[in-house]
Amino acid sequence: MSVTVRTFDAVIVGAGGAGLRAAIQLSESGFKTAVLTKVFPTRSHTVAAQGGVAASLGNSEEDHWHWHMYDTVKGSDWLGDQDAIEFMCRKANECVIELEHYGMPFDRTDAGKIYQRPFGGHMSNFGEKPVRRSCAAADRTGHAMLHAMYQRNVKANTQFFVEWMALDLVRDAEGEVLGVTAMDMETGEIVVFHAKATIFATGGAGRIFHSSTNAFINTGDGLGMAARAGIPLEDMEFWQFHPTGVAGAGVLITEGVRGEGGILRNGQGERFMERYAPNAKDLASRDVVSRAMVTEINEGRGCGPNKDFVLLDITHLEPATIMKRLPGIREIAIQFAGVDPIKEPIPVVPTCHYQMGGIPTNYHGQVVVPQGDAKAAVVPGFYAAGECACASVHGANRLGTNSLLDLLVFGKSAGETAVEELKKSAKAHKPLPQGEIDRALARVNRLDTQTTGADVHETRIAMQRAMQNHCGVFRFADKLKEGVGKILEVEQQVRNTVIRDKSKVFNTARVEALELENLIEVAVATMISAEARKESRGAHVRDDATDTPEHPDGRDDAHWLKHTLWYKEGNRLDYKPVTLTPLSVDTIALKKRAY
Amino acid sequence: MDEQRRARRERLRWHCRRALLELDIVFERFWRSAGELSEDDEVVLADLLAMEDHELWYLVSGQTETDDPRAKGMVERLRQA
Repeated sequence: MSVTVRTFDAVIVGAGGAGLRAAIQLSESGFKTAVLTKVFPTRSHTVAAQGGVAASLGNSEEDHWHWHMYDTVKGSDWLGDQDAIEFMCRKANECVIELEHYGMPFDRTDAGKIYQRPFGGHMSNFGEKPVRRSCAAADRTGHAMLHAMYQRNVKANTQFFVEWMALDLVRDAEGEVLGVTAMDMETGEIVVFHAKATIFATGGAGRIFHSSTNAFINTGDGLGMAARAGIPLEDMEFWQFHPTGVAGAGVLITEGVRGEGGILRNGQGERFMERYAPNAKDLASRDVVSRAMVTEINEGRGCGPNKDFVLLDITHLEPATIMKRLPGIREIAIQFAGVDPIKEPIPVVPTCHYQMGGIPTNYHGQVVVPQGDAKAAVVPGFYAAGECACASVHGANRLGTNSLLDLLVFGKSAGETAVEELKKSAKAHKPLPQGEIDRALARVNRLDTQTTGADVHETRIAMQRAMQNHCGVFRFADKLKEGVGKILEVEQQVRNTVIRDKSKVFNTARVEALELENLIEVAVATMISAEARKESRGAHVRDDATDTPEHPDGRDDAHWLKHTLWYKEGNRLDYKPVTLTPLSVDTIALKKRAY
Repeated sequence: MDEQRRARRERLRWHCRRALLELDIVFERFWRSAGELSEDDEVVLADLLAMEDHELWYLVSGQTETDDPRAKGMVERLRQA
């Protein structure tokens, strides 16, 4: 079957923060750039990022990129690559100021500088005391960022393909990426976007879990496409659970609430974080707070009739402060928890929030895979940035407000590298391999012709329940082992889904079935990688790897200071070393992570 | 339902995929209980869906009100969902 081919210098999949930042770099350099997106760019999930973007501007008090780097390495539980982390922290100020010049309406101090607020895990002088490092635009940082960057792209003539879903990578026999196949949702037409540079900025896959703060759009499309094309997925066992999702709904209560003075209390009214993190208290790193909350609940000090949540208390704050500094929090609490937080504390539980792992890249945004003796050989023509990528700056646990920084720094870096490579490349595009195109067509064709099989909605729920019950915030060896069997069963169901609606035009059932095929790749990668890692580190906390003098907090550096690589083919696992050598400073030496 | 109508409704459903989980949950509840939508309902819903996520959330969560008499009924249905 022949399909229409559209030719560009670069194709970017995803129009959230990372995709838009990469596109600016390419379009402003004069390259013909297409951005494919399932939803209108300013409706991407980046909109939901409220807390801010980290940069050691030092506008409120003394700060330094090296302290930010230290916090990031420590937050990552030493699984982050120190070259990439130094790169990100050093680039932070430049990227934030650049964004300001694009028109980003940051909050201001009285002196007119960018206002900076404290945030969990942000410390001065190598972990000494909290520092104000987060730059925000009220509670709309992500939203304002997307608008500023979208306008900049419109000015630069980036071509947006809105309501298009990318289906699969096109990779030739030499492994070079030559673009993607994609479906126009409006017509059902499948088109090949033929490009010399392909950048994935598709976001995370938080919807693999039943309880998640992620919007429904976060279905890991880039990860699914990469996995099917033979690219491994890195460190997929590491998922950050946000400490404060509204109990029963998953809706996020931003960490900024604790930054402004919110306190976590157990069923006895105790401010329990004082016991777990005497210095940082409620502002400790997210996994530390999540673990403390779950321990309180598991040990019978939770709240409510089932003692299955804790309380986030802001009743001591002035209502005017809540309304000014934390707008919207009150309505969320009223709508989804049924409490007015000015008068009563909010019931919260740790909820899946962010994917630390992803498509392996270097700090230039290039996708890298093991090849021969090399553990990180560049895949020509292929780049990734943002939550779908693993640079790896977040390691085993992301520091709050580093996600917006990640997409700015690595979106730009991927764009810059692509520009340099495009300048060096031959004029003509390499020929397209037909077999690769047929792969995407076959998946759609199966859905269009299959008349019996598994229900998409039920199969998605089965996947989410398996992940939640077997691979949640606390993990158990027997549960993980059982979980591998369960998720592989669900995977078989996904291969056999059926949709009743066979129409071409705006067939959302078909889109949801295709999204599920991406989600399941991520779910399988997560379960298998988690089962195999026999230590506790960062967000991966196992019941059978506990705190001992030899292995503080269950971390086993002798055996597990390494990145996991999961391959779809045969569910094979490989490992590669963590880069402990930064670009210009001394290594941040391994030690126990304590706050 | 004719093909044109089906496509229009499917497009509306897709436009209910939002950036904010809050709205995803509201719209998921809405479609579960929406029943049949008239053509007028579809037009009103399409207008609401053209709003920015935060503005729409403010409206749906009661932080703001609409002046548009046509939209009031639909906003109320979303609030009840």
